[in-house]
Amino acid sequence: MNSSVIVFPGSNCDRDIAIALEKLKFKNTMVWHKDTDLPKSDLIVIPGGFSYGDYLRSGAIAAKSNILSEVIKAANDGCLVLGICNGFQILTETGLLKGVLLRNKNLKFLGKDVCVKATNTDNRFCNKYKKDQVLKFNIAHNEGNYYTNSNHIKELEDKNLIPFKYCDETGNINEENNPNGSLNNIAAIFNDKKNILGMMPHPERMVDPMISSNDGVNLFTSLLG
Amino acid sequence: MKFSIKVTLKKDVLDPQGKVVEQTLQSMGMNTLKNLRQGKYFEIEINENNEDRAKNKIEEMCKKLLVNLIIEDFVISKI
Repeated sequence: MNSSVIVFPGSNCDRDIAIALEKLKFKNTMVWHKDTDLPKSDLIVIPGGFSYGDYLRSGAIAAKSNILSEVIKAANDGCLVLGICNGFQILTETGLLKGVLLRNKNLKFLGKDVCVKATNTDNRFCNKYKKDQVLKFNIAHNEGNYYTNSNHIKELEDKNLIPFKYCDETGNINEENNPNGSLNNIAAIFNDKKNILGMMPHPERMVDPMISSNDGVNLFTSLLG
Repeated sequence: MKFSIKVTLKKDVLDPQGKVVEQTLQSMGMNTLKNLRQGKYFEIEINENNEDRAKNKIEEMCKKLLVNLIIEDFVISKI
């Protein structure tokens, strides 16, 4: 499977995701934000970091970069797109994913491991996870507080477009285990066609038990079929 | 021609930064402070002689980049 990782000034998880993808046998290419051609890709990853120093709003400037217009075209043609952390923020700023990521409710930058529940596994990204499996992922963000209008929240729930929700170690989803104030404990969302996934937690940091765990591996191997 | 753009959070969007500033001012003894919301301010100079056309262009800038319409409102004024 061919993957492309988009790199912006200020991206800082681009190498991590590249290492994870290569370890799991993806043929990966790094793509600079000023490029106008996107290599033929089955998966496009928009990595975490602080693109353009988070100027204006997180992800706002990156969303208008040259390569993003190519990413938008590919996404609309059905290409798989994964936005992690700042990548999720960029996807919402392009409009590929609806809603917005606000400042964390407690105003603190959060860098820690949290539990998430795999609430929907019937999709290309999560089919190797068990439904309702509790996973430990790392989060590292200042703006991860997912917000959208009430109609869209209902649509996300009704159409099963939320693959991960923050929870406790036994899988209880409640306000106490919501690190950033996201509506309905949302940690990740899909678009309608489920080919675009935006998530605040970092699966690429969980692909090696030596330094963390293997909890992120299935997200990538699910894609390999 | 020069314009100012005031960007504010919509009224039902939480403003934790504004809340902290508000609480700090209150703790400094500003007892009459009732409510505080934080926003953004831009000044833009534009090469255009017709005010309507200039305003339309500024509005386009707001909608396409400066403002996230899901959570923010904006007001354009000539200065």
